[in-house]
Amino acid sequence: MNSKPATHPELPDAEAQCVELAALIRQQLHPDTLLVGVHSGGAWVARRLHQLLDLPGEIGLIDVSFHRDDYGARGLHPRVRPSSIPFDVEGRPLILVDDVVYTGRTTRAAINELFDYGRPASIQLAVLADRGRRQLPICADFCPWYVNLDPALELVLSTDAEGRLRWSVEAHA
Amino acid sequence: MHNPQLNAQGQLMHLLSIEGLPREVIVHILDTASSFLKVSTREVKKVPLLRGKSVFNVFFENSTRTRTTFEIAAKRLSADVINLDVTRSSTAKGETLLDTVDNLVAMHADMFVVRHAASGAPHLIADHLRRLGRRDVHVVNAGDGRHAHPTQGLLDMYTIRHFKKDFTNLVVAIVGDILHSRVARSDIHALTTLGAAEVRAVGPQTLLPAAIGKLGVRVFHDLRQGLSDCDVVIMLRLQNERMNGALLPSAREYFQCYGLTPETLALARPDAIVMHPGPMNRGVEIDSDVADGKQAVILPQVTFGIAVRMAVMGILAGN
Repeated sequence: MNSKPATHPELPDAEAQCVELAALIRQQLHPDTLLVGVHSGGAWVARRLHQLLDLPGEIGLIDVSFHRDDYGARGLHPRVRPSSIPFDVEGRPLILVDDVVYTGRTTRAAINELFDYGRPASIQLAVLADRGRRQLPICADFCPWYVNLDPALELVLSTDAEGRLRWSVEAHA
Repeated sequence: MHNPQLNAQGQLMHLLSIEGLPREVIVHILDTASSFLKVSTREVKKVPLLRGKSVFNVFFENSTRTRTTFEIAAKRLSADVINLDVTRSSTAKGETLLDTVDNLVAMHADMFVVRHAASGAPHLIADHLRRLGRRDVHVVNAGDGRHAHPTQGLLDMYTIRHFKKDFTNLVVAIVGDILHSRVARSDIHALTTLGAAEVRAVGPQTLLPAAIGKLGVRVFHDLRQGLSDCDVVIMLRLQNERMNGALLPSAREYFQCYGLTPETLALARPDAIVMHPGPMNRGVEIDSDVADGKQAVILPQVTFGIAVRMAVMGILAGN
């Protein structure tokens, strides 16, 4: 990522990226694999992958608000959603799914939370977008899009009126 | 009007009373509690939110039950919890309330959970902290005199919302010793703020405050009328010490007139839930068949109480 950070990046079709991401995962998919999406963007992506990869059972969902490292500075997130891991993680290979990996702090919090449910055999990370600029030694195992975005901007995944995933870029609140 | 519980941004700094708490703050606490509820069912029943924080349970009045639930809630948030039985130590030696607080602040307390027989004691502590400029130290009222027991009120609201989903069409009857009950006051304020259709205060004249109607409740002295077609019955504990005064003739007569039995409960709606803040006096305010019956949600109240107290402490310590 030596090029200048973008302020108006070309935004790919997020639905097509889910298909691409599923194809990357499929090559190394273990039949026992369970998906865990991080609220809220990661949960949408995990649901897509669950369907595209034709996996049995349910996906897990986690909200990392109770494990964040900026709680002391920012307080509790105003909208915490319940984590729900409807399976035993003990000894299972997990794929943690998020929309974006950036500083790596959310991923760190999510891994910590997952270990409170048991000891998985392995955890891999699948994301739609990698923004670089990591502050922790974390990297994505599966990622279709690397984007060097201006740090003043936020890359946001949302759903449109038809429920389709779409990217947008917003100034940090 | 200045609300000592909120900061300039409207964030919760202390939980002293449900009275004057905006609806959105109450709903935020209940929503957050539902996330904490799941934490207690995991392999590791802990989240690291309050790691390194010191929570002091300062109980100037005995209450093992309430103190334990706050202790469990704080421990599940990874806080260090220190229980002080001040009735037997500093206060007995003549130390004033605020001197006790100053000493604990000097020990780097981050949060006080206060139970006191005098109405307004937690407010006095919060006001003292404000004057000291200690915005980083928070106070939770765990019951003060006849004034308020806000976490009980909130867990009651959580329970009602869990079983009834929506408050707007609900008729809620609060039955028993409302005169001495801080739980009743907190419930009435919470139900009114959340928009319950009708709140009823049911009890003998001697156990109802004279101006109770001003809180927006309908008063009933007849249990049968009070229970008629209601959706939620909140029974209050009849404190044994009240029997010694002139307020009641006997426990047996009270049970005859105001005890909740399968027959009187049948006057409420068939899907009505029965709540009780505990500890129950079986055969005084509630019949065993009701307490153990399928309409009773008294034990879920206890479980929800932990999650609600976790939510309150989690929100306060972050503000």
